[in-house]
Amino acid sequence: MKLVYRDKEWDLKGGMTARAAIKKVDLDPEALLVVRNGQLVTDDTILAEEDEVKLIAVISGG
Amino acid sequence: MRQHRFALCGEHFLEWFIAQTERVIEKYHMFAPQDRLLVAVSGGKDSLALWDVLLRLGYEVEGLYIDLGIGDEAYSKQSRKRVEQFAAAAGDTPYRVLDVKATYGKSVPELALEKRGRKVCSLCGLVKRHVMNRLAYEGEYVAVATGHNLDDEAAVLFQNTLHWHTGYLARQAPVLPSTFPGLARKVKPFFRFYERDTAAYALLRGIDYIYEECPYSKGATTIFYKELLNQLEARSRGAKQQFYLSFLQAREEQGLFGEEPQGLELSECENCGQPTTAPGLCAFCRLWEDR
Repeated sequence: MKLVYRDKEWDLKGGMTARAAIKKVDLDPEALLVVRNGQLVTDDTILAEEDEVKLIAVISGG
Repeated sequence: MRQHRFALCGEHFLEWFIAQTERVIEKYHMFAPQDRLLVAVSGGKDSLALWDVLLRLGYEVEGLYIDLGIGDEAYSKQSRKRVEQFAAAAGDTPYRVLDVKATYGKSVPELALEKRGRKVCSLCGLVKRHVMNRLAYEGEYVAVATGHNLDDEAAVLFQNTLHWHTGYLARQAPVLPSTFPGLARKVKPFFRFYERDTAAYALLRGIDYIYEECPYSKGATTIFYKELLNQLEARSRGAKQQFYLSFLQAREEQGLFGEEPQGLELSECENCGQPTTAPGLCAFCRLWEDR
């Protein structure tokens, strides 16, 4: 699957949960929302090989 | 929503989110159905989501965007555009813009340059608090509503606890009452939502909010504390919620801190007339006096 976060992109194998994919690229699942093929999904969703996944940062403030 | 141990489809999440907001407004006696409200909007997910929910619940609410002139004005302009777009999409719902540079002569970053040693974030907070309070008072709104979420509140609590700022700890609350003439009531209807819930609401609702962070927030302590609390949340589901809600409960039931929210001694600023803890001029007016 293609995983995109800001200006970064990764190619990962399908069959893992979104949460596992986020951890695999050393990001924090608590701080991200997962949009799969244009639709918001929960992080326990199992991602398929052909999925395009965009990660949206949720932390704001300063 | 791991902290609540359930998940909802998009449609039911939107319904749940609105119902929860209404419940919180009622439970904490934030305001009544007939009250006029000013909602502070930044163009970010939380404030636009709050504006959206309050409108859907039928409240008489007006948006307030404060143009701080940040990011060579690009960041502020982009944020303002999101606010304008939202208002137009919501049927030209009313809002007002206060341009800090046009009104007072300098943008917040320009002011920080002039006041060497003062951080932009600290000045930004001071300017926003003053403007919100002044406009709420002048416009006779019952309350100013802000989009602070549970992560915001937990991070502030964490910071105040680390430093044992007992005065701040005594006053941190989802409802800040008007305890002095000219002091606006402030309410935080989203204070029980996790930040990911407000972001999910904005995304599902199709609200076009500003994704980019304020350029001055990079490396901000509050964000670091949020990341730390998220690590705790990953280990212990619901930890952030428990941290903040237990604090509110302990303070109320056990009287953790001696100073009551009404305990601050306030007087009128000699220049603008707004409430201040300092004698003479308030902190905002002091910013502009020796230019």
